[in-house]
Amino acid sequence: MYYLWVFLIGGFVCMLGQMLIIYTNITSARILVTFVLIGVALQAFNVFAPISEFAKAGINVPIIGFGASLAKGAMAGAQSKGLIGAFTGGLEATAGGIAAAVIFAFIFALIFKSKTK
Amino acid sequence: MDEKKRNEAYNRYVKAKIPKTKAWPSLFNSFLVGGIICCIGQGVNDLIMLWFPSMAEQTAWAYTLIVLIFIASFLTGIGVYDKIGKFAGGGSIVPITGFSNSITSPALEFKHEGIIYGIFVKMFTIAGPVIVTGVVASFVVGLIYLFI
Repeated sequence: MYYLWVFLIGGFVCMLGQMLIIYTNITSARILVTFVLIGVALQAFNVFAPISEFAKAGINVPIIGFGASLAKGAMAGAQSKGLIGAFTGGLEATAGGIAAAVIFAFIFALIFKSKTK
Repeated sequence: MDEKKRNEAYNRYVKAKIPKTKAWPSLFNSFLVGGIICCIGQGVNDLIMLWFPSMAEQTAWAYTLIVLIFIASFLTGIGVYDKIGKFAGGGSIVPITGFSNSITSPALEFKHEGIIYGIFVKMFTIAGPVIVTGVVASFVVGLIYLFI
């Protein structure tokens, strides 16, 4: 039954993005940046974990989850390793996602041809 | 006609020509597609947890995102993701699949400019700002956390 929450919350977050597009004519890069910042802020004030508890993929799949992982990594790094952890923690926590996006983009860019002319 | 009047006339002309997105259907579509993408992510995560019960929750989420990124990158390659994007708007941009699409899409589009200056450079036109924002903001948070 928790799929209903995943659907409702995930859908709602995406609808917020669409509202930004309609009412402010914002570009997709700005949308992604905005939502990453929202994620960082949610994590910084420790409200991401309780939301994630019942929203699950509904909040982790939107790019808000990416921002929250960055902040979570930096906070955990700062706590366990000190200053160097604040530098390394964020990217360490999100390295998998960034690397995957770059690797697959590279492979598929080599294999496929652009459809938009 | 003085410059001010000309600019006003031009702005009116531009406003009339800009394609209007109908607000309510597009909000509904983004809600629907965004919700479905999140449900697919939840499904992938549940399957991973089912097949590898000993895996840490955080690792399972990392794999989930990698699977979603793979699917989105592939769909971008075969030209399907753009079609979804036309229908869903924000529903296809906000999820992590939109991040993946924003890397694969320019890489593919500028392939003809060469591997290094085409694929490698253009790959980060949208993802670059996202990563910069995330890294700087998370560093600031980590730094603040260090002192409190």
